[in-house]
Amino acid sequence: MYELLKNLGAWLVSGEQWAGSDGIAHRLAEHLQYSLLATLIAAAIALPVGLLIGHTGRGAFLAINLSSFGRALPTVGLVVLVFLASGLSMWPVYIALVALAVPSIVTNTYAGMTAVDAEVKDAARGQGMRGHQVLLQVELPLALPLVMTGLRLALIQVVATATIAAYVSFGGLGRYVFDGLAQRDLVQVLGGAVLVALVAVVLDLALSGLQRLLFRHRPTGPAPLKSA
Amino acid sequence: MSVDWSWIGEHKGDLVSLSVSHLQAALTAVLFGLLISLPLAVLAHRVRPLRGFLLGLSNVLFTIPSIAVFVLLLPVSGLTRTTTVIGLTIYTLVVLLRNTVEGLDSVPHKTKEAAKAMGTRPLRTLLTVELPLALPVIMAGVRIATVMAISLVSVATYIGDGGLGQLFTDGFQRNFPTPVIVGVVLTLLLALVADAALVGVQRLLTPWARPRTRKA
Repeated sequence: MYELLKNLGAWLVSGEQWAGSDGIAHRLAEHLQYSLLATLIAAAIALPVGLLIGHTGRGAFLAINLSSFGRALPTVGLVVLVFLASGLSMWPVYIALVALAVPSIVTNTYAGMTAVDAEVKDAARGQGMRGHQVLLQVELPLALPLVMTGLRLALIQVVATATIAAYVSFGGLGRYVFDGLAQRDLVQVLGGAVLVALVAVVLDLALSGLQRLLFRHRPTGPAPLKSA
Repeated sequence: MSVDWSWIGEHKGDLVSLSVSHLQAALTAVLFGLLISLPLAVLAHRVRPLRGFLLGLSNVLFTIPSIAVFVLLLPVSGLTRTTTVIGLTIYTLVVLLRNTVEGLDSVPHKTKEAAKAMGTRPLRTLLTVELPLALPVIMAGVRIATVMAISLVSVATYIGDGGLGQLFTDGFQRNFPTPVIVGVVLTLLLALVADAALVGVQRLLTPWARPRTRKA
């Protein structure tokens, strides 16, 4: 075990391992590209859907069941299936990753929207706000913490799963896991896994920092009285 | 991409045995996950400093790609069912631990105080008051963990024991979509059926939560 950890440490810090087109730096960039792009596409699809379902209350059934469907969908099967259908391209990986991320974002956005106090929405309407104004100026800001939770969850899942890109002969940190597996090289597998976990944790921390920044001005209790 | 129906007919027996083995791996993992996470959750609920540590640890475990978890277990348990089950158990822990802690947190303080006032001992309070009241939240976790485990079994196919996941490798290697489609559909079906069964179990376990029907 000690020997393994020592080799792993050496693998992670060695200069030659970081350089070149199959070096860690390049694989890391690929992994980030897959993960961030997939999460962005998923957010672009899932956020409007979640907001609309939460705002109108229509399609709640869809929002609730989508998450359980998304969890049940075997990602490996999906990647292979789209791969066989579309041939050698990045499509399968992106489709599978987006399909994985959409449910978490939709359900959490929807949950955040339904958690908004009905009286607050009524008050906004009573002040003459229109539907889209209520949505963007009242519901969305109040739902944001849960929306962010959904995004963070989706990103973690996507980063961990982007490993699969290597299975259908693409790059990313999964390359080390699958190559190491094929070569029975445990240090390489372990290195890949550690790097993926690190990326996920760092990105999650970054998002949580962003979240804190966004809500710096958000009153947590009753609004303080302002002196005229 | 069309489905070769005759292939399905010829492999009926294999499909059934793969489904059974798939379900077995997932359910065993959830069972072990529950056995481990229940005491840990009680501990995390009672001892505050442990709470952040345990939940944080389970979050980190969740970020490790499942394929890596399986491979890393190879030196420990080899190319066996044990490796599959241990790997899946690690993943179920994340959901089970969080939900069980949240479930225990959701039990009203007054209810626990009342039990204490009536002279109920802590262990008995836990078993007869706290756990039953936390059950809906715990069961929600069990449902998520089960569906997740069923979907994840196929990843174990890279270490030789992935239940329906073998259909994915088979289809991939032969460039033949039918087994892959069948594998995806069967995995979804297993998850759906297991989830519905757990809803039934929850109804049986929480008779007080059922909407009352008037008796004639």
